[in-house]
Amino acid sequence: MLGPVPRLDILNETIRNVYYHVPIWFAMLFMMAVSLYYSIKTLSSGAIELDEKARNAAAVGLFLCVPGMITGSLWARFTWNTWWTFQDPKLSGVAIGVLIYIAYFILRSSVDDELKRARLSAVYNIFAFVMLNVFIMVLPRLTDSLHPGNGGNPAFATYDLNSNMRMVFYPAVIGWILFSFWLFDIRNRLSALKRFTDE
Amino acid sequence: MNKHFISALFFISCLVSSAQGSQPAMADDMRADGKIYVVIGVLLIIFISIIGFLVVLERRIKKMEDKIKSKN
Repeated sequence: MLGPVPRLDILNETIRNVYYHVPIWFAMLFMMAVSLYYSIKTLSSGAIELDEKARNAAAVGLFLCVPGMITGSLWARFTWNTWWTFQDPKLSGVAIGVLIYIAYFILRSSVDDELKRARLSAVYNIFAFVMLNVFIMVLPRLTDSLHPGNGGNPAFATYDLNSNMRMVFYPAVIGWILFSFWLFDIRNRLSALKRFTDE
Repeated sequence: MNKHFISALFFISCLVSSAQGSQPAMADDMRADGKIYVVIGVLLIIFISIIGFLVVLERRIKKMEDKIKSKN
């Protein structure tokens, strides 16, 4: 947090937001990958518990989108001079990604039969994960973007993420992923308890 | 003639620079001190969202506790 950072125009001290805004999105992608893993397992075994885990992982991922988007918005306000812009393909992509995952939860709530819901939402989740990656990882790299590292190669190499920042950034990524896993675990225990009390 | 020209130039440049000094102020607090308050804002947003998540969890657990109590 207080370590040395490169001095850059416009960004100034907000370069430190890299420690918070970026790892949140990494953790969100990680949780969506966990959700995908459990969805595939659901399809091969047909177990309701695994489907619940897939749902919980997606819920944690969707929750992480909230601070991710709001922090990004605040950051953009004072560097790009706008809360939100559709000029940036990453922003539009993430908006679509969030809608895709909201649709996942709506789909879940619209099917009453448990087994049917498990299978349907697992199939949808596989598509959702692929679409999310297309929208936030692939498409922004094909066009120009305000985000660093887009419209070309991934960030970091060209970006001034110097070795001092790496020493904070990588532990932050690991920390956020572990934190998201903890939230995921709490949700799992809660839904297991819920199943137990409903019986 | 030349002297006057230079002094006039100096006067105009002073005016221009003072005009630049009094440009409209926009959200100065967030742009002060190298925009460090934006970082603080980001920290606050994350803190508030995590607290929000915990409150939701707390309410769900409460509901479950009530259910178990009413069963016994």
